[in-house]
Amino acid sequence: MTGGSGPYEAVIGLEVHVELATVTKMFCGCPNAFGAEPNTLVCPTCLGLPGSLPVLNRAVVDLALRFGAALGFRVPETSIFARKNYFYPDMPKDYQISQYEEPILVDGRLEVDGAVVGIERAHLEEDTGKIIHVGGGGRIHDAACSLVDYNRAGVPLMEIVSRPDLRSADQARAYVSELRAVLEALGVSDVKMEEGSLRIDANVSVRRAGSTVLGTKVEIKNMNSLRSLGRAVDHEVHRQVALLEAGGSVTQETRHWDEEGGVTQPMRTKEASHDYRYFPEPDLVPLAPTPERLGRVTAALPELPAARRARLRREWGIGEADARTLVGRRDLADYAEAAVAAGAPGAAVANWCTGEILSHLNETGVSAEVLPLAPDGLAELVALVGDGTLSRPLAKDVLAECLREPKRPRQVVAERGLAQVSDEEELGAIVDEVLTRHAAEVEAYRGGDDKTRKRKRGFLMGECMRATRGRGNPQVLSRLLDERLA
Amino acid sequence: MPERAAPITPEEVAHVARLARLAIGDEELAGYTADLAAVLDHAADLAALDLDGVEPTAHPLPLRNVDRPDEVRPGLRRDEALAGAPDVAENRYFRVPRILGDEG
Repeated sequence: MTGGSGPYEAVIGLEVHVELATVTKMFCGCPNAFGAEPNTLVCPTCLGLPGSLPVLNRAVVDLALRFGAALGFRVPETSIFARKNYFYPDMPKDYQISQYEEPILVDGRLEVDGAVVGIERAHLEEDTGKIIHVGGGGRIHDAACSLVDYNRAGVPLMEIVSRPDLRSADQARAYVSELRAVLEALGVSDVKMEEGSLRIDANVSVRRAGSTVLGTKVEIKNMNSLRSLGRAVDHEVHRQVALLEAGGSVTQETRHWDEEGGVTQPMRTKEASHDYRYFPEPDLVPLAPTPERLGRVTAALPELPAARRARLRREWGIGEADARTLVGRRDLADYAEAAVAAGAPGAAVANWCTGEILSHLNETGVSAEVLPLAPDGLAELVALVGDGTLSRPLAKDVLAECLREPKRPRQVVAERGLAQVSDEEELGAIVDEVLTRHAAEVEAYRGGDDKTRKRKRGFLMGECMRATRGRGNPQVLSRLLDERLA
Repeated sequence: MPERAAPITPEEVAHVARLARLAIGDEELAGYTADLAAVLDHAADLAALDLDGVEPTAHPLPLRNVDRPDEVRPGLRRDEALAGAPDVAENRYFRVPRILGDEG
């Protein structure tokens, strides 16, 4: 980023909150589930009723430790929980149980496109309830009253705080994207941003290129997709540089990303006032993972996305972009690997999976695990193209049908009589018929210059293909046509 | 020997009261400041102890890792959960008054 008076550098740190994929909440036995009827997943503990006490869910700790082991975090001998006190009805206790001075994980790192991004800490905390503002267009300032659903109150969260190691909006997106893939591969979170199970705040500052002093940082909230993260950070960097160029200074504050307006705006002071009076949670004892427990977690780590991408590139001979697309979705990568295990070549499978199948998944919002076409069905389709039964365009039609209803590719080919025709006698007769029907074009071809010949040949080839209703083997047809035109 | 902390100021008392949503009038401020100063003074006796080499503790009990398995346990029915609320909406939600009032 360059201003009128020279180049600037953006300095970005991210706080990523992920909901952990447990069965129950963090401190009580209520289900951890999305989309239930309001206030049906609650109990005295998550409602903060008098006399209730929190008891830590051990799966929360195991998931955090798994994440820690994967990204090289240090696990302090003990960590403790703290009360973060504030008045806001999203927590009925008027405090949120979090970790403050002694988090469960410190000093991790994630490699993103060859650069190492430091992660200062990751700590555990409980999620808050959901508030709906009524009246005043749903805005807090103008609302007449607010409605609260405590189903999400007490759902386990891990907050992952990066160091200010990111230098651009693109790099920030790449970091979150890789982090998401890691969390998904580990089974730590289902990382669905649209359901709020992954949320991001960004700390952004700018400084003169080459400077090692940090500028005044601004915290940005309310970015609910990778796209809005990129847009918000970009906008904020430009805003700060423009301020400095105009001789002004950046104010340390919290700003709200306005998705529609495409700008960040200051939050009113009340919302941003931070004085949480943290103190150790007296109802919970310290957490001290034993070496045995750490050993168990480390031993059970699955293959991480970076290693998986490298393996698929090596074994299937595919490029980094395809490997990244595949591994970006664990369900898709698993599907592709199952198709390859069923006998199909990796490159062809990757081609279908990053193309038509991924489009279908994106359009329908379903997981590859529930596609009507099982992975060995995709292998069957790949084989049908490989042995010349189907041309690529016909194979696309067959795939579309197999993604709509549970049919095998061979079944569709048989039902619709789609099998590619390679029989020379049959195709030869068709070519002859086309040439007879278009004698004038054949004349023009024979007497024409190169340009005319090329055009006429294209026309005749198209007519031949049409006469086979798209089923003619293009290589065979082409050769037969050229033999006759020679 | 560590020094005693500076006495609490009326401004700090007013700030703490605001954070705790306590409406304290100006006429009460001096009284609360003196009371709190006495409490803090008492706590400051701890500062007189020689605690070199003593690890800070977050909890008085010598316990670690008290946890439970990740298994669902029955909670409250919604009508039970809402029964104690001062106000509800649609028999589904807790209803709270306007969150950011005139002071916001």
